[in-house]
Amino acid sequence: MQTLQQLVNGLMLGGILAFVAVGFTLTIGMLNFLNFTIPALFMLAAMTMWALGTTGAHPFAAGMPWLAAAAIGIAVAVAASLLIERFTYRFMKAKYGDATEHALPLVSSLGFLLIFEHLVLTLWGSEPQRVELPLAQADLRIGGLIVGVPQLASLALAFILVALLSTLLARTRLGRALRAIAENPDAATLMGVEVNRIVPIVFILTGVLAALAGILYAASYRTVSPFIGDDVAADAIAGMVLGGLGNVWGAIVGGLLVGMVKVLAISWFGAEIEKIPVWGLLLLLLVVKPTGLFGHTRIGKGKF
Amino acid sequence: MSGYLAGVLAQLAINIVIAYSVFLPAAAGLLNLGAAGFVLVGAYTAGGLTSRLGVPLVAAIPLAGLSAALIAFLVSFPILRTRGVYMVLATFAFAEIVGGILLNIPALGGAAGLSVSAYAGLPLVFAVTALVVGFVAWLLATRFGLAMRAVHDDENVALLFGTNLRLTQVLAFTAGGALGGIGGALLVHQFNFIDVQTTGVMFSIFVLLYVLMGGTQTAWGPIAGALFFTLVPEGLRRAAELSPSLKFLESSRYIVFGAGVVLVMMWRPEGLITRTLVERCYGLWRRNA
Repeated sequence: MQTLQQLVNGLMLGGILAFVAVGFTLTIGMLNFLNFTIPALFMLAAMTMWALGTTGAHPFAAGMPWLAAAAIGIAVAVAASLLIERFTYRFMKAKYGDATEHALPLVSSLGFLLIFEHLVLTLWGSEPQRVELPLAQADLRIGGLIVGVPQLASLALAFILVALLSTLLARTRLGRALRAIAENPDAATLMGVEVNRIVPIVFILTGVLAALAGILYAASYRTVSPFIGDDVAADAIAGMVLGGLGNVWGAIVGGLLVGMVKVLAISWFGAEIEKIPVWGLLLLLLVVKPTGLFGHTRIGKGKF
Repeated sequence: MSGYLAGVLAQLAINIVIAYSVFLPAAAGLLNLGAAGFVLVGAYTAGGLTSRLGVPLVAAIPLAGLSAALIAFLVSFPILRTRGVYMVLATFAFAEIVGGILLNIPALGGAAGLSVSAYAGLPLVFAVTALVVGFVAWLLATRFGLAMRAVHDDENVALLFGTNLRLTQVLAFTAGGALGGIGGALLVHQFNFIDVQTTGVMFSIFVLLYVLMGGTQTAWGPIAGALFFTLVPEGLRRAAELSPSLKFLESSRYIVFGAGVVLVMMWRPEGLITRTLVERCYGLWRRNA
């Protein structure tokens, strides 16, 4: 029973990680760009929701209804993501033909991570803040197992969003344009795909996914701080790599797997050891199968 | 020299050494996001040797480099199986595992961290840094350095011309690991303390950040990157202290710094110091001489 409960808890953490992992895998699969601003977007949405939804002495304390605050949080994250696109990916076009050229927008995205984290830090301080959402206390009891409602919602939402996303990619005109860009941006341009108008869509999707994950994280764990994104993002990256880069269903599986391994390892061996199982599993898998569980070799091949 | 200035200079020198540990693999086209792993191996080896076994500091520093090199050599074979982004994350996973293992060795302090009494003063730190810079400059001037440059620019062409790709990459990775170990040995003896938190998730990321920002084409790049990364936040902090009108920088200096990083990458996407820049400067100097 104890283990089963831990397994459920792991799935719930995995649901949030899966969201973030899908965000990472989208930018890497489409644009070959490891987007380190995702933790910033995650945190920005959660902190904005907290600030607008509470009353107090902090800036922007509006005491809004939570849903409105969450919607504004998502909007802020999407706006930030578009700003980031303008200053990172646009500058990646230059082709110098050396092995590290694709790492350059990675550096700018780390610059943005610093900017946003410290912007929030100066606005609202570094103290962790409590978030009391109305639904957060609601637990379902299924045959002795305790299942949190926000966690269950995040898991369901993750599946629905990814199903929509893969339909979008597989069936629509926009999806075909996106897949063409993923294949080869230059060839896509020659075929009449307007790369500069399609690429921001990837960033909007990333912003929405990261923001939703941040809000669900705040709802589940009832606390926000300027640095909540860092550890979640590291675990989500592990999940994305486990599942294979560029594969949205792989990211879901990987995210859930990392969540479960993490929770089970902590409950079996204690918190001191939490990092070894996740990263050990990742290293082992990469050695045995260098492209992750469901990945293919083309992404990130040679170049990064 | 004030203690403050000495502290900043020592930090700068250590950052340069660690930057070269990431630069060497990067110069052979390998992105290493596991700097923290080698730094931790070196720091705990040297710290353990001086504090637990009473080995003198000057002997502990090269031994730290050797142990990190050995580990780098051993892990380079599985890690080189992966490519591109996968390799970046495999090295990152390696660093996390090293941290996780050290956290669970009570003999070396475990979660409480390792305190050492031997102190690496500024002259020693500078001497070691000068040796490291000299070593890298020499390495890049050899035939092996040329092979690294060829692999960095185009693996397939390098292979066609008979470069031993695997050997070049393994050696570049191993040499980088050794420098990381030396940097770690300096770090632990400069601050007399290290724990796994000192080199957390962001540590490796920042090292890779300033190496890429400096530029991976020439040996000058890591120095430029480490200078920018160490001196700009420190300078902003000093400016906030000295002038009341710049008081706002106290809390927001990292916003200015982050914006600086973004702008530098827009202005010089290949890094601050490129091969073309160095050659142009060299040409100017020759014309005037």
